[in-house]
Amino acid sequence: MMKNGTLTPQWPAANPAGSAAIEVAQLVKLYKTTRAVDGVSFRIAPGSITGLLGGNGAGKTTTIAMIMGLVLPTSGRIQVLGCSMPEQSAEVLGRMNFESPYVDMPMRLTVRQNLTIFGRLYAVPNLRERIAKLAADLDLGDFLDRANGKLSAGQKTRVALAKALINQPELLLLDEPTASLDPDTADWIRRHLETYRKVHGATILLASHNMLEVERLCDRVIIMKRGRIEDDDTPDRIMARYNRTTMEEVFLDVARGRIKEGAS
Amino acid sequence: MSELVLPGGIAPHRINAMILRYWYLLISSWPRLLELIYWPALQIITWGFLQTYISQNAGFFAQAGGILIGAVILWDILFRGQLGFSISFLEEMWARNLGNLMMSPLTPIEFLIALMVMSLIRLAIGVIPMTLLAMIFFDFNIYGIGLPLVAFFCNLIFTSWSLGIFVSGLVLRNGLGAESIVWTLMFGVMPLACIYYPVTVLPHWLQYVAWALPPTYVFEGMRSLLIGHVFRADLMIDALLINVVLLIASFAIFLALLRSARRHGSLIQSGE
Repeated sequence: MMKNGTLTPQWPAANPAGSAAIEVAQLVKLYKTTRAVDGVSFRIAPGSITGLLGGNGAGKTTTIAMIMGLVLPTSGRIQVLGCSMPEQSAEVLGRMNFESPYVDMPMRLTVRQNLTIFGRLYAVPNLRERIAKLAADLDLGDFLDRANGKLSAGQKTRVALAKALINQPELLLLDEPTASLDPDTADWIRRHLETYRKVHGATILLASHNMLEVERLCDRVIIMKRGRIEDDDTPDRIMARYNRTTMEEVFLDVARGRIKEGAS
Repeated sequence: MSELVLPGGIAPHRINAMILRYWYLLISSWPRLLELIYWPALQIITWGFLQTYISQNAGFFAQAGGILIGAVILWDILFRGQLGFSISFLEEMWARNLGNLMMSPLTPIEFLIALMVMSLIRLAIGVIPMTLLAMIFFDFNIYGIGLPLVAFFCNLIFTSWSLGIFVSGLVLRNGLGAESIVWTLMFGVMPLACIYYPVTVLPHWLQYVAWALPPTYVFEGMRSLLIGHVFRADLMIDALLINVVLLIASFAIFLALLRSARRHGSLIQSGE
């Protein structure tokens, strides 16, 4: 187990026996002189939900972007669903998907048109039925033929999630999936993600600032600070290690450098 | 469902998906459609009247009927071809949709092919009415040129795609701060491509630069056809060879800029 961001094992033993959905080894991303990600290693078990936590600038988005192949690492290795990224991205991109507040769906197109286009890009079989299923699951029916730009924030998030699920991905990468949503919609999205994981056995990696979300959804939490992994364990064990009852308190301890005595 | 995949991993269904995306966008906004027709129509009317005036007062232009109007139409193929390509690309930047596309199975070559097809569709919407106006109001039938028109068109559209690919790469790498290059680059080509005058008008040293540009061959070829009634196939072949080099170079540069954008994290910050 690592402490104070000084130790990063080659392959953290989340699932040492089985194959990992994501394997990241000694990942480094340098932007000129800034080390956005600094020697990060982790291994994520298939079918798990892992939370990537950290304050602004901790390196969460950059780490996820490198896993997706949107950003090239300065050094280190990434394997996604058994394929090296970005070299073998063509073999794996159709089996994964993502949602992020840093990208939008085209605003002038209707929800149905957007889902049709992404469905075709991912070669989704029986696309009409798939869109109808997603519309029912994510309650999109009332605005399926409305332009994306005319939707509320909550509706847009549901549409973005529908796009992320269009190809029934084995791996789902989510960057702040419930940011700027009201508690009801956010809860609704979380429930859907839990169900999706259960039904499809999908692996989910999510970056979040919402500690309640992390406690509720995640089997495992990776806490990042200044580009490094500060801690990595189940939410319960992390809270116990920091002598805290909520992840929010742990987050504040880490963010403000108040590492607990008993932490090991 | 197993979809057709061509050699090189090119999947037509992904190209079709992107064409559908731009088609939906085009038909969702009547001002966009109108804008496609408005400027070419305005161009042909202005230059058509100028041509009429000049031919009434100058013997050379009276003999070389349609030389200005023909040049305007061919220039518009070059200019609108590049704009049609680049604007479709810019739509992704404006919509902040590039991350979604780059994270999908869509490959760069499929993306570029879809942009090329869209440039043809946008060009047809703008230029066909323009040629009809030239026919109706100024008695100039560009289709009367016959097969040489195909050679002119192909060479011009290839150049427009090369420039479109190049500037799209620049915008991809540098963000929307580089957007103005999309609108202005072709005007830099304009004086050197010798659209309205022969290459011999240029200073001797500048003629070498002009002959490095495929459109120069097309406009020289057009003048040769309209004035001397001779089709210069040699000029078209030379232009085609340069176009092949330009297309390969622009594609290589696009890939290099895409890689650079990935290295610098530009794809997740596709603003200004």
